[in-house]
Amino acid sequence: MASLRTTSRLFAARPMFRPATFARSYATVDTNSSEQPKMKTFKIYRWNPDQPSEKPQMQSYDLDLNKTGPMMLDALIRIKNELDPTLTFRRSCREGICGSCAMNIDGVNTLACLCRIPTETSQESRIYPLPHTYVVKDLVPDLTHFYKQYKSIKPYLQRDTPSPDGLEYRQSPEDRKKLDGLYECILCACCSTSCPSYWWNSEEYLGPAILLQSYRWLADSRDEKTAERKQALDNSMSVYRCHTILNCTRTCPKGLNPGRAIAEVKKMLAT
Amino acid sequence: MARLSGLQREVLSLYRQCLREIRKKPVRSVSKKDFGAVEYLLRKGHRQLEMYASPGIRNIR
Repeated sequence: MASLRTTSRLFAARPMFRPATFARSYATVDTNSSEQPKMKTFKIYRWNPDQPSEKPQMQSYDLDLNKTGPMMLDALIRIKNELDPTLTFRRSCREGICGSCAMNIDGVNTLACLCRIPTETSQESRIYPLPHTYVVKDLVPDLTHFYKQYKSIKPYLQRDTPSPDGLEYRQSPEDRKKLDGLYECILCACCSTSCPSYWWNSEEYLGPAILLQSYRWLADSRDEKTAERKQALDNSMSVYRCHTILNCTRTCPKGLNPGRAIAEVKKMLAT
Repeated sequence: MARLSGLQREVLSLYRQCLREIRKKPVRSVSKKDFGAVEYLLRKGHRQLEMYASPGIRNIR
């Protein structure tokens, strides 16, 4: 790529490191003010843990879409920068890789950074934290239990035999292909929190995201603890609370299919 | 019980003075019928206790 750049571009007067304020203002777009403003209302769930006896409420914010980036996360960042610095939400990569900005937007669990702002300005957009999670503040859910469940499935390679040549554990291209559609999961918890079964049984049922990860390690040709992993799942709660509602597959912002992975787990347990 | 030494009595008196001062501060309490708030505070307390109970934590300053 570098060779394609012309030297004039390399020598252009541009600072090597942008100050943080520049990076933060990417959510705001400069346009000519001659354009008709496109005002859209965003209704956002607010709750402050410092006043625990006050009830949660919806707060409205109006933004001009001409001056806002295209994604919901841009709108949130702009609200925080320009309208209300007390608004709290998690965000990091702004490109659907970290899974921090998972929230319920217009009734669908998704990542704010992958969700376009609907251009229909007459309709307001409603933003809630992930459903059926305890709220830490505003749009920040408490995912402690979710991460504990992830830890409980031992999400790492378990092997006793060393590799024959003392180098890495190799895998055929076919075996590697089995992990496609599984390794892309970023654990944003969109699927688990959309699952009614998980809403009612989250204490014991692992939920689609964790079961997809379970299957990722069951399907790995290099892992040698398949029998133990299967035994840990073989009870009435861990897997079998899945009633193939498939909300998980519908909502996954990465386009994965946790429903299929759970079906494969059930198949493995049955044989 | 043995009679307290002067130093011991000083420690106790400081402790009692602190307790008396607490009573003068304005109270910000949660109504006991506000179940949502009580449940939140319970969860928060449990989370805190769990963190303090983890073996990695030796001291809280």
